[in-house]
Amino acid sequence: MEELLRSLIGESWILYLLLAAPPLVFILLYALVTVWTEMKVSAHMQDRLAYMYTGFHGVLQPVADILKLLQKEDTIPTAADRPLFVMAPFLVFIGMYAGFAALPFSSAYIGSNINLGVFYIIAVSSIGVVGLLMAGWASNNKWSLFGAMRSAAQIISYEIPIALALLVAVMITGSLNLQDVIRYQEGGILNWIVFGGPQPLVQKLLLLPFTVTAFFILFIAGVAEVNRTPFDLPEAESELVQGYNTEYSGMKFAIFYLAEYANMFLVSGIAACLFLGGWSSPFGELMSGPLWGVFWIVLKGYFFVFLQIWIRWTLPRLRVDQLMYTSWKVLIPFLFVCLFCVGLILVL
Amino acid sequence: MTAREIFDNLKAKFGDAIGEAKLDALQPWITVAEKRAKEICLFLRDEPGFGFDYLSCLSGVDYPDGKLGVTYHLFSMNHKHKIVVKALCTRENPHVQSVSAVWGTANWHEREAYDMYGIVFDEHPDLRRILCGDDYPGYPLRKDFKVPEFYNGMKVPY
Amino acid sequence: MKESRTLPTDYVSSPERTSSGRTLRTDEMILNMGPQHPSTHGVLRLELVVDGEIIVDVIPHIGYLHRCFEKHAEHMTNYQQVIPYADRMDYLSSMCNDWAYALAVEKLLKTEIPERVQYIRLIMAELQRIASHLIAVGTYAIDMGAFTPFLWCFRDRERILDLFEMTCGARLLYNYIWVGGVSHDLPPSFVEKAKEFCRDFRTTLKEVHDVLTYNEIFIKRTANVGVLPKDVAINWACSGPMLRGSGVDWDLRRDDPYGIYDRFEWTVQVGKGEMGTVGDCWDRYIVRMREMEESTRIIEQAVESVPEGNVQSSIPKRIRPEAGEVYVRSESPRGELGFYVISDGTASPYRVKARAPAFVNLSVLPEISRGAMVADLVAIVGSVDIVLGEVDR
Repeated sequence: MEELLRSLIGESWILYLLLAAPPLVFILLYALVTVWTEMKVSAHMQDRLAYMYTGFHGVLQPVADILKLLQKEDTIPTAADRPLFVMAPFLVFIGMYAGFAALPFSSAYIGSNINLGVFYIIAVSSIGVVGLLMAGWASNNKWSLFGAMRSAAQIISYEIPIALALLVAVMITGSLNLQDVIRYQEGGILNWIVFGGPQPLVQKLLLLPFTVTAFFILFIAGVAEVNRTPFDLPEAESELVQGYNTEYSGMKFAIFYLAEYANMFLVSGIAACLFLGGWSSPFGELMSGPLWGVFWIVLKGYFFVFLQIWIRWTLPRLRVDQLMYTSWKVLIPFLFVCLFCVGLILVL
Repeated sequence: MTAREIFDNLKAKFGDAIGEAKLDALQPWITVAEKRAKEICLFLRDEPGFGFDYLSCLSGVDYPDGKLGVTYHLFSMNHKHKIVVKALCTRENPHVQSVSAVWGTANWHEREAYDMYGIVFDEHPDLRRILCGDDYPGYPLRKDFKVPEFYNGMKVPY
Repeated sequence: MKESRTLPTDYVSSPERTSSGRTLRTDEMILNMGPQHPSTHGVLRLELVVDGEIIVDVIPHIGYLHRCFEKHAEHMTNYQQVIPYADRMDYLSSMCNDWAYALAVEKLLKTEIPERVQYIRLIMAELQRIASHLIAVGTYAIDMGAFTPFLWCFRDRERILDLFEMTCGARLLYNYIWVGGVSHDLPPSFVEKAKEFCRDFRTTLKEVHDVLTYNEIFIKRTANVGVLPKDVAINWACSGPMLRGSGVDWDLRRDDPYGIYDRFEWTVQVGKGEMGTVGDCWDRYIVRMREMEESTRIIEQAVESVPEGNVQSSIPKRIRPEAGEVYVRSESPRGELGFYVISDGTASPYRVKARAPAFVNLSVLPEISRGAMVADLVAIVGSVDIVLGEVDR
């Protein structure tokens, strides 16, 4: 797609704008759908109906919500640090959006096909922490500060299991380029790295337990990374009121919200790319192609988004020390074992 | 243990500090000297025969004869018997010894009695108003309390 | 509030904690939790002295919801007029408040209560206990971050409120149990509906057990947190599930009997420290869960045998108890609810003091939360199950 556009328009800023636009469109549409899904899924789990009046089963409710958020008064506390307070939500959004640049949506489209794709996403998604810290600090509210400190500690802790889990997949494929990683897994469901990748049978069976573990841990750490229950301590509403975004309202709050939802898809998408074949079809040649690719990656990503929603409305929340314990004393040691064994199997 | 036995026991131990008692009332009560309340309550709690380890309720009362008083409803978890103890004090000098060192629960109850009746509990660790605001004028549950017309410059309706 | 601080033995204050040898000067921070905070269950303000996330001291400030119940009661022209005010004390268990007050006045009057009234009162109080515990458990789940059990609890509470509504027309503040009787007789389909509810309610309990009680995270959050030892519980006169959670086998329905509880088969549930220490938050929680089951048992037995009869005993409209005083206590969902009523022989009470269980249970909070974390404090406050309407009266 990049080449096609380049030949049509030539090297200009319009080209880059066009290349950058699809993820943004996707994020906005996806957020609308997910807000609705989350409400509906939670409602049906809780024996109620949720939105029923705006359109068929309330499908127009997210639109109404956005209109409401747009019209809301945008308050800034008098004691807040104004520039930081205003900047924070955008920084969070930028961190998330920059991550989408390296997420391959199909064999034909990726925002930026960089060789260090995996590394880039890990690096860039950490920008969000700065935004959260800024939000917490600038609000000049002790609860917000608590939330910000918690989220910084949490995201730093869970970056490590995520990086290590991704490393397992990278070791098997031997590339950090996400398109290469996906091409490596093409040819059906059994070639997915979560099932050992396209290796000879014996090696595949040996790899299987470790890849499954790594994938499982990646998902857990991903949930923690996006601050969703049971890891939603930074905004734990029953403890910290609303954490770092307590003082935000209107559009700024909406941007935090949007970033959270988009992040949910980002971690799901990365997990899908590295372990579940990304845009490649689970049936080999059947239903494959650039457009089917979009369908597959959205489906895979959305499945895990649904899983995150499901978990959120089922589980209670961990405590700070238990959260740290989970990361440093459970997930990371397991991943070290995985890494070591995968390396050993690949060498043999 | 019956109220009569408790009264006799206390009388033998504390003599004059035990005042009038009504042992044939619906719930028999014994009056004790307000300045020795803690000592007597400690005895009631720790003496094996009594074992009043549970202070059900502590209430301030403004009696019709102009006296203020504190009523302790005691109960024993082991012996399952109960007794009502009263300590009276004058309106001019409303001082009663605190029993919050004997029963932890007395802490808040005494603060409430102080808040509502102005009874000062000597030796209380933290005697502050509890339900009314710190700047509330007067003691609202006293029978001679008049609702102030203004509170902090705001007109009080009714 | 400056007594000895019971911090964990391995607790070191921050300046000594740095490993590099340099001591960073750190300060304790004062944090106001409330009056408007999602998990203070009303307008409670907790002044927290925190060192990072560890709580050094808690100072509760109450009184934001003070509505002068006792002053109102003294100014009524009739003993019956106090009942609507008693309703509004603990607004989650109005039936039990009404009953407790009625018991006190009836004791002053020395009246006999008709059989049918006894049965109706007991059924109502037990239904109310379930409704109140459902809120306690549901909001506790929210405090822990689990949203779903909360709505399941509310769904079933609605059915109890429907039962109340068909009986007396009100859903929250009933003014139903009067001195000497009850305001309305049971409607014809009540018994059938109550039985139906009891049958379905067991399923809800099982669901909540599945999703919350034995959830690993929930146990981690509540077991060994906010441990209230037996002797402290008695010394601070805790009552209800709070006292039973600490392993004291004590229930006023059995140990200081009132009503007709002795006619039915049920057991007092006591915390055993199954998941941690006796008297921790999980114990207090499980006592409530099991009490709901016991209440269901009582209701099932009681609705079978409600006798026929009049629901208002023939006491005069204007009650004038002879001069005297009485302290009567009963087991409300939160614990020992006592009314100290002094009569001077006139038609209005001379003094009414309400011994509110939530008030007393809350007073022990600083004792059990020092050294815990901020998140634990939420767990502890939730497990105490306070209703600020009753704390402040």
